[in-house]
Amino acid sequence: MARLTPDNLLLARKIIARFPEPRSATIMLCHLAQEQDGYLSPEAMEQVAELIGATSAEVLGTASFYEMFKMHPVGKYCVNVCTNISCQLLGGEELLEHAEEVMGIRSGSTTADGMFTLEDVECVAACTEAPAVQVNYRYFNRVSPDDFDELLEDLRSGELSRTIPSHGTLGNVRQDLHGDRVANITSPSQQVEPAWFPNGDSDEGPAK
Amino acid sequence: MRDIEITEPVEITLNGELVTAQNGELLIDACERNGSYIPRFCYHSRLTPVGMCRMCLVEVDTGRGPALQPSCMIPVSDGMGVDTESDGVAKAQDGVLEFLLANHPLDCPVCDKGGECPLQDQAYAYGPGESRFVEEKRHNEKPIPISELVLLDRERCILCDRCTRFADEVAGDPLIHFIHRGSHTEVNTFPGEPFASYFSGNTVQICPVGALTASPYRFKARPWDLEETESTCTRCSVGCRVVVESSRNKVLRLQGVDSDPVNWSWLCDKGRFGFQAGNSGNRLSRPLQRCESGELSEVGWNTALDSAASVISAAIAGRGPQSVAVLGGARLTNESAYSWAKLAKDVIGTDNVDCQLGDGLPAELVLGLPGASIDEVCEPGATVLYLGPDAKEELPILYLRLRHAADFDGVKIVEVGPTLTGLSPYAAESVTAVPGETPSVLAALLDGTSEHVEASALLRNASDLKVVIGRANLAEDEAITVQTADLIRESVPGATFLPALRRANVRGALEAGLAPGFLPGGATLAGTLPTGWQSMPAERGGGAAEILEDAANGRVDVLILLGSDPLRDFPDRSLARRALAGAKTVISIDPFVNASAEQADLVLAASMFSESAGTTTSLEGRVTALNQLVTPPGTARDDWMIAVDLADRLGADLGVETSADDLAEEMAGFSDAHVVLGDGAPVGDGVMLDISGRDLLTSAEVEVPPANAYSLRLVLNRTMYDKGTLLEESESSAGLAGESVVKLSAADAAPLGVDGSTQVKVTSEHGSVTVAATIDSRVPKGVAVMHHALGDVDAGTLLVHGDPVCDVRVEVS
Repeated sequence: MARLTPDNLLLARKIIARFPEPRSATIMLCHLAQEQDGYLSPEAMEQVAELIGATSAEVLGTASFYEMFKMHPVGKYCVNVCTNISCQLLGGEELLEHAEEVMGIRSGSTTADGMFTLEDVECVAACTEAPAVQVNYRYFNRVSPDDFDELLEDLRSGELSRTIPSHGTLGNVRQDLHGDRVANITSPSQQVEPAWFPNGDSDEGPAK
Repeated sequence: MRDIEITEPVEITLNGELVTAQNGELLIDACERNGSYIPRFCYHSRLTPVGMCRMCLVEVDTGRGPALQPSCMIPVSDGMGVDTESDGVAKAQDGVLEFLLANHPLDCPVCDKGGECPLQDQAYAYGPGESRFVEEKRHNEKPIPISELVLLDRERCILCDRCTRFADEVAGDPLIHFIHRGSHTEVNTFPGEPFASYFSGNTVQICPVGALTASPYRFKARPWDLEETESTCTRCSVGCRVVVESSRNKVLRLQGVDSDPVNWSWLCDKGRFGFQAGNSGNRLSRPLQRCESGELSEVGWNTALDSAASVISAAIAGRGPQSVAVLGGARLTNESAYSWAKLAKDVIGTDNVDCQLGDGLPAELVLGLPGASIDEVCEPGATVLYLGPDAKEELPILYLRLRHAADFDGVKIVEVGPTLTGLSPYAAESVTAVPGETPSVLAALLDGTSEHVEASALLRNASDLKVVIGRANLAEDEAITVQTADLIRESVPGATFLPALRRANVRGALEAGLAPGFLPGGATLAGTLPTGWQSMPAERGGGAAEILEDAANGRVDVLILLGSDPLRDFPDRSLARRALAGAKTVISIDPFVNASAEQADLVLAASMFSESAGTTTSLEGRVTALNQLVTPPGTARDDWMIAVDLADRLGADLGVETSADDLAEEMAGFSDAHVVLGDGAPVGDGVMLDISGRDLLTSAEVEVPPANAYSLRLVLNRTMYDKGTLLEESESSAGLAGESVVKLSAADAAPLGVDGSTQVKVTSEHGSVTVAATIDSRVPKGVAVMHHALGDVDAGTLLVHGDPVCDVRVEVS
């Protein structure tokens, strides 16, 4: 896929400027690239490496640790069905089988229309709401096969497009912090007080 | 484990006995020093400890009873109680090995590491013998190439982090990394971006399993079939110590030796794999003589030596001894260099002798300047003025040492040169000086008038300035380097110098007298006659440039190329061409028929690295052993044997009774610098010559023409892999030389319309070449960079020896 768009490149430089060490921005820039393309492309990792002064191998090494960075193109919606113990006991595996059937794909693959990627996942910390499903990491609890069909229908029709943005999108609202607030930290060599003390006037409260 | 001096002794209890250790050193080292070796995979004394493999678990008394701790992560403190042999430790080692082997394929019978594998050895010594794992092992494609030379078998990998730590910490090329961390962790490169490091071979040497293998050695031998000897790498002048290993009279592998003052066990890939040139099918096994048809054809040694002696005698009888000239000698051992110096200066009587090819430092500087060793330059807290060529390209292990010094030991490097180099990211300050302006830029830095305030302050506040001096630009006259050295001596009287020489034994050859005006031991022609000599040249001769100039003008009857290839290596290419055409007889002594030897009348087959024994002298003045392991091909022989035979035919005796050692002994007898050689062959780290300097220094004033707004100043420098004979003959490096390019700064490229790979015409007063232009951020404005001996484009035709600088015009063709 592509490299960062001019707008995103500008944003990337702003993000880097907030840290004393450019490398600290690795994860944020990977998110930015994934938001743009829906996944983290090799070109994007190369560009992130250029921007932060690392090698592509180092960026890949860091990014590949995180399951939520996708190294291959995925569908607009990433559907994760939990098959860990609580969900399994309450029908998670059957739900996964059902999902494979109705979507016509095996777990781990993407539908031909590029709409869905189906994955079976380890515990998503929703054991009280088993069996749990996530769509782009938004929870759907106690999902029965019928609920699942309905969920797919709503996703296809765009019913849920406001609550579930396409894969990679971090949020519907982007907060823009003022440029002179450098992430509230100084480099360790210059630190005179603990990093959790706010910068400047304490009346301003936490970082805006 | 490295030997250390115990300065802060503490007592610890090791397996019930009180022993002494250095306060703060790692427990794993303290135990080993006191006779209790702890098994380990990830720990390497030259890398930061990480505690990855858990093999070095020992029981440390915590006060609340013994607890298992990784000994590579625990600093020793007073009163510590350690048990390395308890049942608990044995059980831990069992468990760790069982886990490490859970996924290991156990393909030892087909693995190159088998027989010298730490995993295999320690599994036998400390392992449980059987595994409880019945699960399928992981499977990966085996092996995958991660660079031109190195292959990775991920199934065998135990994730010790040694190669990746080396790449990041030591080489500074973090191109391999752990990826997919978690239960699928593997070492790999970024897709399409290979581990193209100049130091990649070291990862193979430090891999504790057979995961990393190098293509030159794969499936060539078993460790127990190898014969080995310690020696010194001769691919550059750093003098890295190596173990050479051979099987069936063929060198198969070089491994770095952990020599504390020199290479710390590291080698560059050029040094590590360069031995392949010796195994090349193009090696010369017999002398060649030009026959009547004009072809070079094989002859016997007697015929070859007789005809060499007769042309030399005829030249002496004709126009006198000075009509014989000897060019080269940096490839030779100290002993061979001395034998040739004696042959040329005593027996023949000519002083037209130079072991360098106009691309080095004048003998007066190398022998005269007060010296600094590599260790002194890299001493913690030192300030280093770096004026040499790009160390990463030309002196790779010196680069690693300087890089470590800057990163870990607080050494401040101030680099002054025509371009930024591989060292620049680690230098405290990098100041660029357009060719010809180094002396004036440096003068301003040293007297405090420079605009580079920080660099200036660093240099002016240095209490004990170390200077690395060399030729960063072959298109700049060497007199400018002399002027620079002069200036530093005047402004900073206590400064000491490390000459950044390029060829292996330049220093040794200079010390042996292979330079105009010099006798062995740095004595000049005005001095006394060395013991064992009958005579010395009556008048001072010329250096490489003068010799070639004389040859071009028909004043040289016999030009002896002692392992030198002026057609490829002398910077002024047209002078070299005219000289070889103009010399009446050219005799080449070389292991290969190189470009110059192709034009010779007589080529004498010489032996190479690991085929002859002797000593070599590194750039810092360290004399180390070169040992013989294999025999030269055919009847090729050592350079000193050729000298002795020639002397014999000229009616003289070089004084060799049995072996080349007699030559070293003779030199030690009269040269103060070589006294150390009198005690027999140096072993281990070798011996240092006296490098305190000699009263030889001359000064130079060079008029540099003002820069012309329409032209750029040419920088001609070298890259690690070029089209040199030894690299081309070495199977693994033959394809690694880059394409010829001219590198420009973005500021100069834009007005020319150069945008990446435009073909341009580079024109100087003396010639022009057409070449691709690229934009390089390391090149400052006003400078054009070309590399020596790359591809077919001959940058050497642009310059003329003796011009202070070379101005070129670049136009899009």
